[in-house]
Amino acid sequence: MASKTQKGKIVIDRERCKGCHLCIEACPNNRIDVDVSLNSKGYSPARFKETIHSGEKGCTGCAQCATVCPDVAIEVYRAK
Amino acid sequence: MSEQMEYKKVFGRPESLKPAPTHYCPGCGHSVAHRLVAECLDELGLRCKTIGVPPVGCAVLAYNYFNFDMVEAPHGRALAVATGVKRVHPDKFVLTYQGDGDLAAIGTAETIHAANRGERISTIFINNAIYGMTGGQMAPTTVLGMNATTAPGGRDPRLHGRPIDISRMLAVSDGVVYVERCSLSSFKEIRKAKKAIKKAFQCQLDDLGFSLVELLSPCPTNWKMTPKAAWDWVAEEMVKTYPLGVIKDITGYEDKK
Amino acid sequence: MPSEKMLMNGSHTVGEAAVRAGCRYYFGYPITPQNELPEYLSARMLDVGGTFIQGESEVASINMVLGASVAGGRVMTSSSSPGISLKQEGISYMAGMELPGVIINMMRGGPGLGNIAPSAADYFQATRGGGHGDYRTPVLAPAGGQELADLTFVAFDLADKYRNPVMILGDGLMGQVMEPVVFPDFIDLKDLPKKDWILDGCEGREPRAIYSMLLGQQGELYKHNLHLQEKYDRITAEEVRWETKRTDDAAEIVVVAYGTAARISESAIEELEAEGIRAGLFRPITLWPFPLPALRELSKKVPKIAVFELSMGQMVEDVILSVGERAEIYFHGLPGGIIPTPAQVAAFIRSALKGDGTVGRRIDV
Repeated sequence: MASKTQKGKIVIDRERCKGCHLCIEACPNNRIDVDVSLNSKGYSPARFKETIHSGEKGCTGCAQCATVCPDVAIEVYRAK
Repeated sequence: MSEQMEYKKVFGRPESLKPAPTHYCPGCGHSVAHRLVAECLDELGLRCKTIGVPPVGCAVLAYNYFNFDMVEAPHGRALAVATGVKRVHPDKFVLTYQGDGDLAAIGTAETIHAANRGERISTIFINNAIYGMTGGQMAPTTVLGMNATTAPGGRDPRLHGRPIDISRMLAVSDGVVYVERCSLSSFKEIRKAKKAIKKAFQCQLDDLGFSLVELLSPCPTNWKMTPKAAWDWVAEEMVKTYPLGVIKDITGYEDKK
Repeated sequence: MPSEKMLMNGSHTVGEAAVRAGCRYYFGYPITPQNELPEYLSARMLDVGGTFIQGESEVASINMVLGASVAGGRVMTSSSSPGISLKQEGISYMAGMELPGVIINMMRGGPGLGNIAPSAADYFQATRGGGHGDYRTPVLAPAGGQELADLTFVAFDLADKYRNPVMILGDGLMGQVMEPVVFPDFIDLKDLPKKDWILDGCEGREPRAIYSMLLGQQGELYKHNLHLQEKYDRITAEEVRWETKRTDDAAEIVVVAYGTAARISESAIEELEAEGIRAGLFRPITLWPFPLPALRELSKKVPKIAVFELSMGQMVEDVILSVGERAEIYFHGLPGGIIPTPAQVAAFIRSALKGDGTVGRRIDV
């Protein structure tokens, strides 16, 4: 039940994101969803799912999202 | 209570890319290509030695994004301008970054001859099969049946000729040492593209000859698709006309796995 | 030390002068009647460790000039009329980007493919654009031989001083004829003016971008054009060049001509002197900026101006602007590469003096 800590985490720059959602496509563990509230450019940005629910895998810091992100809107961190 | 973990950053903006947000459309291949070029320049320590030539096309403002010296060129003439730069500064790193109109339509002569002279220049060729900046007209690379504002009803071989494969044409020339076609349509392909770009840069560093990487690039806006659909169209349709892979490689480099 | 006096082909003269003036980059394409220039430099550039590329076209060549210029080199290209048409895009860009460079036009007959005989019908193209946008190109008009050498030095200096392309307007006759010339000494590259705006990699500084596109909504392009015009105003105030012969108060008529036409006119004037006809010569050396104030002053003292051109009449429009109604203006032009004898030009001057319209015509202002 409780949320595990993720091995990796990402920080999405909400204002840089243009809502292309390719990161969601790329993430192997389904850690990103869409934030329907618009950013100041009128896009629905991608949003990192902080909380891991049971049955879900956590972020591993694989950086596939950041690699495909056209706007360098994602920074990726891995646990030391 | 969750443990406090210490994280280290493993992915961020490369130094060869300015922090400015780009004007490129959501899902545009340019943005990814810019970042890959910047990462390679960083990894090779080239930023302060680089002079780049952007196209006339969607990337005409690339100097607002790339964090190194850049000079504008008239449409199509980037490789002639780059030749002039490289002959004055043979010890510096010179690259051109061009679209399909710039490189394979109006600039065809300049492209072929710079390549044929074996100029020590590396070229990134963004192929999105359409003219983006001007609103979706047919490009020499528009594939058969594909709609464009100047080919309404789709590209017809009798009316419009067939799409051009400039990379294969360039490969015929002895001045060209490395040509590879990659795509920007998935994580795996983007990673391969980066390797190809780095290899092309290495050709210049090793004084081997002219090198070019063609990147099949999604254009959601002018293809009138979502970014994901555009990715799929590259991966499933566009590669039928433009198969991925090494087109020429006489570098003698071993492939690093 | 200046060189010894040499007998040299006009195109070779330009090439040698360029090298001595510090030019180390030449990009060009063969076209008659200036092939001797790239041929000469294909060897001479190697002597001095410079770069020669025979580009795939005049278009490619002017763009190589643009690239070498932005990288900081003293750079030159050359062509003849149809090839200069091809270079106009590049010249406009260089003007907008404020890049120095020297362009040699050895004019031939036009329009279109024309012929390969000497003509001077590119005056409009040289002085009124011929590329797009609000810009000017300083244009120097040598009258052969020694002046080809001297004005080549001037061209490189002007180009660097004002960060602008500069054109030398010769013609097929000048380019082919061999004449005695003494070259100024070699310029040491270390003595060339330093350029703090070039692209050479951003080590130790912020990256630079050089471009002519200014899309912003704050009037950036408007301001840039004002800035360019301020530069052109300075050139107009400080760099005008012309020569006069026998234009004192006793002159009954003054011939206005440049280049080869001026040399023939000078011989014609000497013939007329022997007949007791007092004719002078006003020879513009900068076609842009045109020596308008000087010609305007002269036209107040002389009753007749006779314009002779190797064209259907292009410089004559600048003469009309300078002279207005202050003097009678006569015009005679020979297009298509026809070179007259001094006697034929003298016949025009006599006709203008008589006002009988037998050779040339009166211009109705």
